[in-house]
Amino acid sequence: MESTQAVRPHSRGRWLILLGLLLSALTLSGIAASPAMADEGGTDGQAEEFEYFFSGNVKYNDEPLEGVSISVSGGGFEAETETDENGQWTLGVPEKEAYELTLDEDTLPEGVIVEDGQSTIEAEFGLTNRKAVNFFLGEGQRVTTDYGAQVLIRVVNGLNFGLLLALAAIGLSLIFGTTGLSNFAHAEMITFGALMMLTFSTTLAFPVWLAIIIAIALSGGLGWALDAGLWKPLRKRGVALIPLMIVSIGLSLALRYTFQFFYGGGTRQLPGATIPSEIRLGPILLSWIDVVSMATSVVVLLAVAFFLLRTRIGKATRAVSDNAPLAAASGIDVDRVIRIVWILGGALAGLAGILWAYFRPGVSWDMGFQILLLVFAAVTLGGLGTAFGALVGSLIVGLFIEVSTLWLPSDMKYVGALLVLILVLLFRPQGILGRRERIG
Amino acid sequence: MIDFLAILGNAAQQLISPTTAAYALAALGLAIHFGYTGLLNFGQAGFMALGAYGFAISTLSFGFPVWASVLVGIAASIVFALILGIPTLRLRADYLAIVTIAAAEILRLIFTTNTFDEVTGSASGLQGYKGGIAALNPIPDGTYGFGPFTYNAYDWWIRILGWTVVILAAIFTWLLMRSPWGRVIKGIREDEDAVRALGKNVYSYKMQSLILGGVFGTLAGMIFILPRAVVPANYQTSLTFFIYAILLLGGAATILGPIVGAMIFWVLLSFFSGFVSRAVEAGWFPFMSPVQAGQLTFILVGVGIMLLVVFRPQGIFGNKKELAFVR
Amino acid sequence: MSDNVAPASKPVKTTGLHIGDPAPGVKKVDPIIIADGVKRTFGGLTAVDVAHVEIPRGAITALIGPNGAGKTTFFNLLTGFDKPDEGKWEFDGRSLAHVPAYRVARMGLIRTFQLTKALGLLTVLDNMKLGAKQQTGENLFRSVLPFLWRKQEEEIEEKAKEILTRFKLDAKQEDYAASLSGGQRKLLEMARALMSDPTLVMLDEPMAGVNPALTQSLLDHILDLKSQGMTVLFVEHDMHMVRHIADWVIVMAEGKIVAEGDPHEVMQDPAVIDAYLGAHHDTDLGDSDDEHVTAMKELIDDEQ
Ligand SMILES: Nc1ncnc2c1ncn2[C@@H]1O[C@H](COP(=O)(O)OP(=O)(O)OP(=O)(O)O)[C@@H](O)[C@H]1O
Ligand SMILES: [Mg+2]
Repeated sequence: MESTQAVRPHSRGRWLILLGLLLSALTLSGIAASPAMADEGGTDGQAEEFEYFFSGNVKYNDEPLEGVSISVSGGGFEAETETDENGQWTLGVPEKEAYELTLDEDTLPEGVIVEDGQSTIEAEFGLTNRKAVNFFLGEGQRVTTDYGAQVLIRVVNGLNFGLLLALAAIGLSLIFGTTGLSNFAHAEMITFGALMMLTFSTTLAFPVWLAIIIAIALSGGLGWALDAGLWKPLRKRGVALIPLMIVSIGLSLALRYTFQFFYGGGTRQLPGATIPSEIRLGPILLSWIDVVSMATSVVVLLAVAFFLLRTRIGKATRAVSDNAPLAAASGIDVDRVIRIVWILGGALAGLAGILWAYFRPGVSWDMGFQILLLVFAAVTLGGLGTAFGALVGSLIVGLFIEVSTLWLPSDMKYVGALLVLILVLLFRPQGILGRRERIG
Repeated sequence: MIDFLAILGNAAQQLISPTTAAYALAALGLAIHFGYTGLLNFGQAGFMALGAYGFAISTLSFGFPVWASVLVGIAASIVFALILGIPTLRLRADYLAIVTIAAAEILRLIFTTNTFDEVTGSASGLQGYKGGIAALNPIPDGTYGFGPFTYNAYDWWIRILGWTVVILAAIFTWLLMRSPWGRVIKGIREDEDAVRALGKNVYSYKMQSLILGGVFGTLAGMIFILPRAVVPANYQTSLTFFIYAILLLGGAATILGPIVGAMIFWVLLSFFSGFVSRAVEAGWFPFMSPVQAGQLTFILVGVGIMLLVVFRPQGIFGNKKELAFVR
Repeated sequence: MSDNVAPASKPVKTTGLHIGDPAPGVKKVDPIIIADGVKRTFGGLTAVDVAHVEIPRGAITALIGPNGAGKTTFFNLLTGFDKPDEGKWEFDGRSLAHVPAYRVARMGLIRTFQLTKALGLLTVLDNMKLGAKQQTGENLFRSVLPFLWRKQEEEIEEKAKEILTRFKLDAKQEDYAASLSGGQRKLLEMARALMSDPTLVMLDEPMAGVNPALTQSLLDHILDLKSQGMTVLFVEHDMHMVRHIADWVIVMAEGKIVAEGDPHEVMQDPAVIDAYLGAHHDTDLGDSDDEHVTAMKELIDDEQ
């Protein structure tokens, strides 16, 4: 089977979305990305004789593209136009019906294509006489890729995504294992890492490597602070697990909007997020960032495994996960273990946040919350509270999400992963590596 | 200077607004789930979305009359509850939480995607489904009321409709919870194995509870769209969290709690955001922009949830003895 | 020590329950439960591996064995709270394989739990009422029409109060069960089990944590069940109690039935002593096992 397919290095294309979608008006700080809005009142151009208009705005990397050819057809009617110097176009049509609009990819500059092969869009009018139609442009080559190669590309993307999910999932799972808390605020720990990275690398112009180290250290510090300032006192108060979970929901909400309060609602890039993809492995085109990201994940995950399996404190962690009272009775300082787990969980989440910022790409106030469910899905799939289950679950979720885009439209790709979660629970309720509880 | 009268007026309007009614009803459904049965449903937003879309799509795409559209919404939520419940009601409580939250997100993504744009209107949503409800309005055209409570005939009609449903649902729940059925449900909340050992089909009771609370959520979703359009972005996870905040405020295992909780929640929220945004405009808080004032409200809700759970877990109406949480 | 719980009068023991010599898996004259080849493993650990066992009807049978012998797990398997890897078992001639726990209970096999499961935020009376079978008002649709179930509710309430009086919990009936003491909860759980008029009552350590002052009345209640025609199967570590009220004793160790017999004779079975002492030798989790060993020694001394 052959199909026309964009070779995309990673999901950068999503950031390169140009038209209409960015809702970043909420930004306070001046450095925010300026939103490219395709407003419904664009220039009128030709076609005065019609009552209904499709219009749009073609930009790439914030630069308007002139001379891009757009055509409309439907109901026996056909017309064509080109974008003006502002990248804007308007097409009048005789009826308030559904039409097919096509962007001629051959009129785009070299190396630019329409995302996900969506160069033809079916559009219909809403309540008004105008309808904005947006073509999302991305970087890539128009090449014919065979099915096997496509699968391979998705698998590599999926591994990359799965590995970064695993960083977050293992922290969540360790926290769940040692304290029983389903920590919804883990999402904000992920976001925090990316925001700190942004602050130190972009705003304060530190070197990237230093910014990463500071961001991860601060994320670990956040984990420590949350434990010391909130969770430990609540544990001492004897608050039960479900109320604790609801507290974490409140915390998540409060932190998320605190982030928005200070950083605004826009998306911003980390340094180097847009360097081109130049490493070619067969059909797969990767950027240095992808390679470094995957390598980092693997090294860190190995280190965590070593920590859990070989070090004294790691073994103590597993003992506490297994049976906290017994561990306490055999002389393990449970509070210390939990503190270390929070610091570790925070640092891992922070790192996951940075990698996620490069993968998406972009830093925004709710970026952690966007993948929180996937992290939960990974942890649940693997079996609640088992660190290695979380790793397996993450890889499955990551792979599944990317590979499923072969069949699912890309705006539905999370649907598949969440469905898998439900299906797995149906057949293996304790998760993939979990075990059952005792009764009576 | 700040116009406190306007702020107070706006806040007072929330007392009887259809939005408050919708939140109250959704919270009542959650009270059945969480407060009485101990089910951690984090997908109430999904049930509400089903009500909204079930109603709007039946009306717009199929031209169904009002009653049929309502039934479609209810049927959809029953099916949804079954799909959620069958795999998870046998498992530990936290699994239900994760699956419901995931399922509600799946619904939202399906309603948002361009793939089904013709039916769902994708991200821009649906409108134009209110004709049937408006046609049933017995109130003659005109403007009625006093002070801040001055509305036109349609606005009064949807308020009456919304609150009638809330009151009927509350009475129904009250009858249920003082019956032997309610006793079983509360027993399950305390310890489902014990109830199972007494010969009750716990799985079936949990399913009934999930469906019932879900149907309340669905009806709430229909009330919710009477004063506005159906927009998928409204059905995010934070909607469920807001409903939890209301439930915890009022008292999880109470009937009046969710209703009065919703009123207090919205009045306070409206007062607070009205005050802060006007204060920002008036230059009282020079370090804040009007947009940030809106975010402050969310921060406040989050902190409020935390404080409530820790310091007054039984809510306003909860029996001090019957802490819904202590186990 | 043994004098503290000494019975006021010696209870009447039921005899002639078995056919042939008392040995593990011996046939019973009138078995109410028959289990065959029931096996349950947790990972590598075989918690229960019962080749054949029959529980005599109309008698009080004690299931004893050291900690971790698999008694609770066997209870869970019999009552549908857990599923065995293999094996079949029947109650009253009906197979229980794949029967869910609530159906088992409806068939008349009611159990209590080792860790008491009082429903804390229900009143004591509501706890009791929950135990009653076939309530009209427990149907969702009928429940909102009180006139359909009011009469039955009154009958149930009367019965509940009567049983509560017998168990001396009537003064507490309006309190939340959470406010009861540990021993009172054990009582409540037993009383609640009686609300459904069971044919077989299975009690998992009814005496554990119960203050000695209550022990005698608990014993009397169990004997009472027998006199009302119910069959009782209970797990107990207190050998005095076992010897005092049990008509038949089944001994488990490491998942297997190692001995069966009359309470006085079974205590002298070398397999039993071995089971307890063996368990003692094999494990190093001292305390709780020591207790059994002392209890056993004490008992064996008593017998002689
Ligand atoms: N859900 C479970 N998962 C793993 N192992 C289990 C589980 N339930 C029981 N076991 C193991 O099975 C064995 C038998 O346990 P069980 O609770 O049946 O013992 P018991 O005879 O009731 O002991 P006790 O007298 O202490 O109550 C023990 O070794 C226990 O650790
Ligand atoms: Mg036991």
